[in-house]
Amino acid sequence: MTRAALKSFRLWGLVPAWALMGLTLIIPVAIVAGVSLADRGPYGGFNWALNVSSYREILFTMGWTDELEFDPKYLVIIGRTLAYGLATTAICMALSVPVAYVIANARENWKPFLVYLVTLPFWVSMIVRVYAWLIILGNEGLAEKTWKFFGGGDVDTFLFTPGAMLTGMVYSYIPLMVLPVYAAIEKLDPALLEASHDLYGNRWTTLRRVILPLTWPGLAAGAILVFVPAIGTVLEPMLLGGGKQMMMGTLIQTQFGGGRNWPFGAAIAMVLMAMVVIVLVLNARRAAAIAREMEP
Amino acid sequence: MSAPAHDIRRYPGARLVTAVFFLWLYLPIAVVIWFSFNENRLVSVWTGFSTQWYAAALQNKALMDALRVSLTVAVIATIGATAIALMAAMVLSRAPSKRIYKLSEAVVNLPLMLPEIVVAVAVLILFSQLGIANGMVKLTLAHTAFCTPFAFLPIRARLQGMSRDFEEAAQDLYATPLTAFRRVTLPMIAPGVFAGAMLAFVMSMDDFITSNMLNSGGSTTLPVYIFSLIKRGTTPELNAISTLMILVSLAIATIALAMSARAMRRDL
Repeated sequence: MTRAALKSFRLWGLVPAWALMGLTLIIPVAIVAGVSLADRGPYGGFNWALNVSSYREILFTMGWTDELEFDPKYLVIIGRTLAYGLATTAICMALSVPVAYVIANARENWKPFLVYLVTLPFWVSMIVRVYAWLIILGNEGLAEKTWKFFGGGDVDTFLFTPGAMLTGMVYSYIPLMVLPVYAAIEKLDPALLEASHDLYGNRWTTLRRVILPLTWPGLAAGAILVFVPAIGTVLEPMLLGGGKQMMMGTLIQTQFGGGRNWPFGAAIAMVLMAMVVIVLVLNARRAAAIAREMEP
Repeated sequence: MSAPAHDIRRYPGARLVTAVFFLWLYLPIAVVIWFSFNENRLVSVWTGFSTQWYAAALQNKALMDALRVSLTVAVIATIGATAIALMAAMVLSRAPSKRIYKLSEAVVNLPLMLPEIVVAVAVLILFSQLGIANGMVKLTLAHTAFCTPFAFLPIRARLQGMSRDFEEAAQDLYATPLTAFRRVTLPMIAPGVFAGAMLAFVMSMDDFITSNMLNSGGSTTLPVYIFSLIKRGTTPELNAISTLMILVSLAIATIALAMSARAMRRDL
């Protein structure tokens, strides 16, 4: 083979990847954008059209006299999705700092094993992880027994509460936060901590003024990795939220069953996509700003 | 003052938080496994040790059908995803930093950036528009797509750490690029390829959101079947099935992670 043939191999090697992603992601997402503007079909499905009624439906319902009435029920779902996404991210951030700090300061030959222990549950099927919390939090489960053992009063159930949802969501996504935070803390120069100490900074000042600012890039990276899947989650609201805690993922899912409203589901999917794209763009701009600062 | 009080690296409570964190991380897995050996029909009421639920699970025909679907899809998707990821990684690890290559790298990793539920809905609509009714075809295509980045990342990392000298030496000795790839490059990146393939396999076996959206008669995967059982109520049989899934996932992930860690160390 000649150099020219080698060069063309370069591009050929990318064709299968582009074809696969084009066929299963890029074109389909474009179609979803189109369907969100279509008319709903009588038995599920849709008829191609160009109207924004599906987006209007997010905010308004048609009243008795064909008037649009403002109805916040879907805004509540979008707000709840954001709230659970942010709360999950915040809890993961708060938990990962001490955990990553302890791992980074563990004995050298223990570190890879501890990191491995953090990642391992992530490979267990999502459905199994959520099921596990279902039996722990369910009737006469471990949570209830522990609660009663410590003298807690009668509880109806721990399931179907915001606490159950957050437990499941934090459990699902926390490895994605601990890893980047660990990578940031691991790189911390111990001399900086000593310098802070020599300048009469106590532990907490050192944490606040030295460790946390230097860990921030890891926390930001982890926040993206946790927030994006968290706002698209489906299983926790369905099983741990018990239908009372509808989120955007579950709302989209229910619109695609038989005889439901596909264009409306597509519109909600586009809103979810937009939320993710905004987060990714903000993150890219932050990363670009940091890169500029680093330049001499 | 004693030395430990002066140790500026130690934060009171951090170790305790970490210990509780690890307990909490493994508690659900332990509970599922523990109660899979419960004799009682009620999951949470322990009455005695028994392996009857494993026997029941293994005789459950619907479960075995779902397992067969999952394995078929996972094997095909793993082969497809690994081949596509390997080709892309070969190109991208040697590519000049041009825009088209940066864009291509983003495209390969696209499934990691989009919410899975959106992708699931998108492929559902696409297949309904194309008139593809075969459930296995739909599942295999969609799984190949979202498994590709998981196969790609370890291969890419391995190629990044590899010196190109060997490959150039082979070509100086008149090996064709294909021979050089087959006899030199591939054996050297094999651990990365293997790790990538295993991670892709686990991701495919574990997937729920996409498989549930594309679910139709005859193409129910194991996680989707488990979901249908959960909706009917929790039973120790469900725990037995979950335990088997946990053990398989953890074993494969452990081997894959160990291989890629070892491959990385060898470069240092």
